[in-house]
Amino acid sequence: MEKDKVTINYERCVIDVANVSKSFGDLHVLRHVNLKLYDGENLVVLGRSGTGKSVLIKLIAGLLRPDEGNIDVLGEVVNELNERQLRILRQRIGFSFQNSALYDSMTVRENLEFPLVRNKRNLTRSEINKEVEDVLDGVGLLHAINQMPSELSGGQRKRIGIARTLILRPDIMLYDEPTAGLDPITCLDINGLINEVQERYKTSSIIITHDLACAKMVGDRTVMLLDGKFERQGTFEEIFNTDDERVKPFYDYNFIV
Amino acid sequence: MGKKITSLLLEFANIHRFFLRFLRELVSPPYEFKEIIRQCYEVGWKSFPLISLTGFIVGFVFTKQSRPSLEDFGASSWLPNLISIAIVRALAPLVTALIASGKVGSQIGAELSSMNVTEQIDAMEVSGTNPYKFLIVSRILATTVMIPVLCFYVAGIGLFGGYLSIISKDQLSLLSFFTQVFEAIKMIDVFAMVLRAVVFGFTIGFVSTYVGYYSSKGTEGVGKAANSAVVASMFIVFIEELLIVQVLSLL
Repeated sequence: MEKDKVTINYERCVIDVANVSKSFGDLHVLRHVNLKLYDGENLVVLGRSGTGKSVLIKLIAGLLRPDEGNIDVLGEVVNELNERQLRILRQRIGFSFQNSALYDSMTVRENLEFPLVRNKRNLTRSEINKEVEDVLDGVGLLHAINQMPSELSGGQRKRIGIARTLILRPDIMLYDEPTAGLDPITCLDINGLINEVQERYKTSSIIITHDLACAKMVGDRTVMLLDGKFERQGTFEEIFNTDDERVKPFYDYNFIV
Repeated sequence: MGKKITSLLLEFANIHRFFLRFLRELVSPPYEFKEIIRQCYEVGWKSFPLISLTGFIVGFVFTKQSRPSLEDFGASSWLPNLISIAIVRALAPLVTALIASGKVGSQIGAELSSMNVTEQIDAMEVSGTNPYKFLIVSRILATTVMIPVLCFYVAGIGLFGGYLSIISKDQLSLLSFFTQVFEAIKMIDVFAMVLRAVVFGFTIGFVSTYVGYYSSKGTEGVGKAANSAVVASMFIVFIEELLIVQVLSLL
């Protein structure tokens, strides 16, 4: 399934990760990493488990602080912001968690309302309802509005998780393993949804994955995290046009060559 | 050894930061009124049946056990005075706090910890919401407000249990019983009861939210958080009881 052509503005960088390092005790996860995300682009970050892919997007969202370097998001240096400034910036960043992280004591409607009522306090009840229903309709799950997260399938939970981030109309989307633990058909649906979000909401996205089918379907550009550094980047084909023994098994395993 | 001392000091520093943040978030708008009321309902209503039963049994048994000693001195008519002072000064706040530590503390610890494990707290954070205000402040406030309310209820039901114990052997009208009770209790006793209950309520809320919020990841962390919330709350409640008794005895 080919993705439609999108317009990427390579003049405008929305995320600039410059010389960032992060360690946990003696474990050096990221070492002087540099990365740019351009306006309107879907950037796929590939890498083995435990190489720091999720750490990278948590640094971008300000959930973790880098030991070294700067992270510029939409013109703000994330690691220099205080709690209040971070909260304002985060309204423009959507974060889709690997396990969806839905609030399990709330219905789907309440999950979506939660960020909305706290960030846009002047909305009327009917405006809130309309926003929630529009976004749910966009991910094809309007019928699940009154269900509890425990009643949803894995794919539905992912969709609701994405819908919850879209309700604030973010400029940037960060997807952490969007297809992890899903069957191939649902993976295709989620990949389609990621492309749809890019087109409809004009978002720039970072997609963390080790699912190469996902990388191929949604990525405009792909980077590969190897030994704590981005050593390879380019199109999907350019990344895997190599004899590097650290890269080849990825391709071989995913496409069973 | 040095490592243990360092980690203990770091833990104290973290608790101190957690407390200061609580004070800061408590006074700064916006306020999560709806969540505070929901938590008050959770703390108050959900503990109600257990607290009722325990309060009644404590009053009944205490009276039953005290009777022989007073009878030896021919002072069994003082039973209402004795149980009122014992229940109001010590038993009601302590029993309420211990039951709430088990029921409410473990629930808060496990709930926050599982939210932590499943990244729900991170999800609140990245959606521009303040999880500390929504999850922590609301729960600490709820326990601080509701434990004193429950404590008054335990005192009432404990006294009623004591009354039933008395009339199982003697003849005494409810009116005479409560007249004796109110004659025995002084204003300072009620003040001491409320003070204890407020301190214990805050402790239970603070300790359980702290261990839940900073629990280790994984399912083991949830169990540990629930367990630590109960054990640490109870332990601190007893220490506080000891200190409050010392302070009040000076008044």
